[in-house]
Amino acid sequence: MTASTPTQTISEKILSAKSGRTARAGDVVVCDVDLVLGTDASAPMAIGYFERMGGTRVHDASRVVFALDHYSPPSSAATKGFHDQVRAFAEKQGVRVYEIGEGISHQIAVERGLAHPGMLIVGADSHTVTCGAVNAFATGVGSSDLAAAMLTGQLWFRAPQTIRVALVGSRAAGVAAKDVALAMVSLLGSGGAEYHALEFTGPSVQDFSLDDRLVLSNLAVEAGAKAAVWEADAVLETHLARFADRGDAVSADQGALYVRDVVLDLSPLVPTVALPHLPENVVPISRAPETPIHMVFLGTCTGGRVADYHEALAVLERGGGKLAKGVHLVVTPASSEVERELAADGTLVKLARMGATITMPGCGACCGTSGVVPSDGMNVISTANRNFKARMGNATASIYLASPAACAAAALTGRLTDPRLFA
Amino acid sequence: MTSHRGRARRLGDDINTDYIIASTRKKETLDEKILKQYLLEAVDPGFAASVRAGDVLVAGANFGCGSAMEVAATVVLAAGIQIVLAKSFARSFYRNAINNGLLPIECDTSDILEGDTISVESDTSGTTVVDERTGRRELRPPLGGIAGEILAAGGLVPYLKRERRFVSTT
Ligand code: SF4
Repeated sequence: MTASTPTQTISEKILSAKSGRTARAGDVVVCDVDLVLGTDASAPMAIGYFERMGGTRVHDASRVVFALDHYSPPSSAATKGFHDQVRAFAEKQGVRVYEIGEGISHQIAVERGLAHPGMLIVGADSHTVTCGAVNAFATGVGSSDLAAAMLTGQLWFRAPQTIRVALVGSRAAGVAAKDVALAMVSLLGSGGAEYHALEFTGPSVQDFSLDDRLVLSNLAVEAGAKAAVWEADAVLETHLARFADRGDAVSADQGALYVRDVVLDLSPLVPTVALPHLPENVVPISRAPETPIHMVFLGTCTGGRVADYHEALAVLERGGGKLAKGVHLVVTPASSEVERELAADGTLVKLARMGATITMPGCGACCGTSGVVPSDGMNVISTANRNFKARMGNATASIYLASPAACAAAALTGRLTDPRLFA
Repeated sequence: MTSHRGRARRLGDDINTDYIIASTRKKETLDEKILKQYLLEAVDPGFAASVRAGDVLVAGANFGCGSAMEVAATVVLAAGIQIVLAKSFARSFYRNAINNGLLPIECDTSDILEGDTISVESDTSGTTVVDERTGRRELRPPLGGIAGEILAAGGLVPYLKRERRFVSTT
């Protein structure tokens, strides 16, 4: 280990190890980056920067990965062209490309074990923070920083102050990780964690599966967080067991300095929905205004994993399995591995029989770049992370964010519905 | 020392990068000269057409939140805007701005109104922002460290062309 004095947070420790000096909150450090993630939405521009920087060779191709996820499949000449450009660059440089249909970049990084404890991960996608669930420091950057990391193998960081989020109490039945994550965003506020890292701790962390942790880390960026790191524990060990490289777990020191302590009590939480057009507009579904729903989207790097579809399917089946008239149910698994599992256990065929449109894995309808675009004035309920106006490609549509179970409940009734109705 | 005078273009809080330029526009081209006609269309469809070179974007808190897409910075520059004032910035936008030579200034923007003349003067002691209508003046410390070096070089491309790597300044 490199210089690391006691009393550091997880983020400070990782940035110290990667910079070779003791990094304290506020220090600017140049770090070796372990994993560099690009997507079809960010790599084309990064390749342009790379070339303008005078780059000819990627510093270490084994640390760089591209995922063709946002335009999966490409629906225009331009997006097809971006893919060709990324493939050509990757082939020349020896960089691994995850093809269309293989999944969302940070989902791939976690489920294929590219991301592991102690790593410093940068991705040209804001939701790269999701990888914090595996005890890594993972953060989103733009295309120019991605290019710099490809070219030099390094990037500069200001070591962030850390907000410690203590999870206490126990979740009532029907309260999903998404509800906890929305409560966190609403508690911190849209820019409430700007420039800060989050560190999750507390007696209830053990009740959060790896998938649950991915949801909280994912939504952390909606509060502006730079990283959202979980401790290494038995839950993480179970996930890592199938991979050869399990990294080096990093824990915070006793007495590490936190800029703020936030206690998130799970006990009073209920199923919630984020109303348009900000993820922080969170209200209990039971108190939300009566709202007709026209489209239900089950997918994305927040809510497109196996457990999410199981939860949604359970609600749909308990409610009779018949979609409300006029509701369009769209299913886009986060990755081909998720899709494979759902195909094997019969989930996909059951959803298809109910009338769901099942699309190729990837980002799908999340940001309007692939898949189904809502029509004018439509209300969409989605398992995604952002409900900004026009996010799904139509500025007149309204997006509601909720758990997979709540999305499924709305699919049955055609309006915002507390999923506990189908418990 | 550099100085700039321009017209304030007033925006609110939480202007996310999808509002600055929609992902659905970026999907069709990365050419900022084309994309600039859709600048901030989700906020005001007439905005792009009303921009004059030299305008200063003036936002509330959390400007540039959401997606880390870099066109959100380059499209602002392509529209002829070189300075963004905000109460606070999302970090990915902040980095992207600096990396492209767009100057992000964190300052109190509460009293600035649409159309105010804003003057911005920078030297080694910092950056002074003046709203000429109210006379309100705020001095911001200079951007230190590597970020300052990158901005001084004109962006990350010229910086790395010169240095070949990130040079620790401390
Ligand atoms: S699923 Fe949505 S939020 Fe996640 S990476 Fe794709 S576009 Fe971004």
